[in-house]
Amino acid sequence: MSKPRRILPGFHLSLGIALVYVSIILLLPLGSLVGQLADLSWARYWSIITDPRNLASYRITVLSAALASLFNMLFGLLCAWVLVRYTFPGKRILDALMDLPFALPTAVAGITISTLYASQGAIGQWLGFKVAYSWLGIVVAMAFTSVPFVVRTVQPVLEELPASVDEAAITLGASNAYAFRRVILPFIWPALLTGTGLAFARSLGEYGAVIFVAGNMPYKTEVTSLMVVTRLQEFDYPAAAAIASVVLIASLLLLLVINIYQARFFRRIHGNQHV
Amino acid sequence: MKKASLFTVSRLHGLAPLALALALGGAVVPAAQADTTLTNASFDVARELFAALNKPFIAEWDKQHQDHLVIKQTHAGSSTQARSIIQGLNADVVTFNQTSDIDVIAHAGLIDSNWQQRLPEHSSPFYSTMAFLVRKGNPKHLTSWQDLAEQGVELVFPNPKTSGNGRYTYLGAWASQSALNHNDEANTEAFMRRFLANAVVLDSGGRGATTSFIERGQGDALITFESEARSLAKQYGDKYEVVVPKVDVIAEMPVAWVDASVRKNNSEALAKDYLNYLYTPQAQTIIADHFYRVRNEQVAKQIAGRFPDTHLLNISDVFGSWDSILSTHFASGGKLDQLQRQ
Repeated sequence: MSKPRRILPGFHLSLGIALVYVSIILLLPLGSLVGQLADLSWARYWSIITDPRNLASYRITVLSAALASLFNMLFGLLCAWVLVRYTFPGKRILDALMDLPFALPTAVAGITISTLYASQGAIGQWLGFKVAYSWLGIVVAMAFTSVPFVVRTVQPVLEELPASVDEAAITLGASNAYAFRRVILPFIWPALLTGTGLAFARSLGEYGAVIFVAGNMPYKTEVTSLMVVTRLQEFDYPAAAAIASVVLIASLLLLLVINIYQARFFRRIHGNQHV
Repeated sequence: MKKASLFTVSRLHGLAPLALALALGGAVVPAAQADTTLTNASFDVARELFAALNKPFIAEWDKQHQDHLVIKQTHAGSSTQARSIIQGLNADVVTFNQTSDIDVIAHAGLIDSNWQQRLPEHSSPFYSTMAFLVRKGNPKHLTSWQDLAEQGVELVFPNPKTSGNGRYTYLGAWASQSALNHNDEANTEAFMRRFLANAVVLDSGGRGATTSFIERGQGDALITFESEARSLAKQYGDKYEVVVPKVDVIAEMPVAWVDASVRKNNSEALAKDYLNYLYTPQAQTIIADHFYRVRNEQVAKQIAGRFPDTHLLNISDVFGSWDSILSTHFASGGKLDQLQRQ
């Protein structure tokens, strides 16, 4: 590939600044996390991360995040679809609302959700089962804080897909379901998967919103990020770092898998040009 | 990276005096009034108390000095405050609800290790005990710690791992059962297992637990400091009742000046004055008005009828030192973890 001509000069300067920025914002904190881990022997590290209570928290966190992400996959896609394909009064407001979970402090979200879903709350009193102070509350809080990831990754891709494409599919004799499954879904699938994966990774580490609605009962509704904070309260920084490293590694692996899958997907569809 | 930033500074050397002048110019304007400040790091539910205590102290100071005294209050769970101070929060005095949290700061070298001997009454000018806030009429007839462990009773108290309030709850339940069964530890542990299993929410701090009980309607009883329970009952009038069990533990509220901070801030005399003021009849009256129990005998006599007669156990008599309490009960893998295991 020939070297493309750059319009703006200053590659070295901008790369340098980018690297320094990444180092300060990302690598330095991660480095100090690893530094804390250095105080631990392997045996101790292993016994901390396989403590039964922590194991229970992984299970609760992963299951809740999975369920929340699944919901967001479906309803996030629906929201993106509605926002792209239809015009209706208040569309811009709905569009702006989608970013609210990013803007709202997560603690506020958690308090609001626990107010609504408590057994005497505006929503909770009509439900026959417990949401706030049960693991369902964790799912609701996670779904709330991570829905924009799905909407905002799917939306621009859907915008690139003109309505004429599905019209063409229908004209050629496809049923609605077939057109969606074979024409639209393959086109947005990588974006949908990325959005859902990001939502899942975000949910794994969610603390602020979850903590107010979970009830935080040992073995039942304790999420992994609470286990980290609890260890910090005990002034046991290495143990906190050990548990945090599990979340970190899980998230990194997840993002890696999504990236690999996405790259393979693009290769299959477009040949090598996008990779 | 350190190199890079030094380089930038040296390159900017020509501009530095200008920048410095601008920065100082900004700082000089408020400094002209030259307020004296004192920072008090305190526990979560002490906001109203210190707001009331600071007012007369400031008035007195302003009368005797040329400048104005500003007392900055910060409030959080006292373990959180201890961590903040170790990590650099420049607080002149600490007013906590846990001696162990001051010990943590002392271990870090920021407070003299004999701090408990520096002021009267083990540096604890006031104290409280644990109480139950129950819904009006006490429908489940909860009058003792033992009642709280009965089947079908739902409890709200903060997590003993993260909250002093929660630790006193745990220790109060333990001590009362232990007194009942004459130190039969197996019996006490079985009781504690039932007691802990009755919790429906474990918030990380006292105010969170209060919110769960009052705003969200969780649980049959909120377990908290008597002072907090009684001010809640007063605030919500007819909706709640306070129950103080017959056998209970003393929750001492320790205070200390932070040696490292007062040296840096040159505020040692002021910090000592402030803490000694907490022992004066004037301050003790204010403290008693906030439903804390006080040391001053005169004041205690005046308000004798206000506090129910309770057999108060000393934490150190029942459990030993806070260091051993923390490692036996609350450390990872300790008694609390074992009792919560299913």
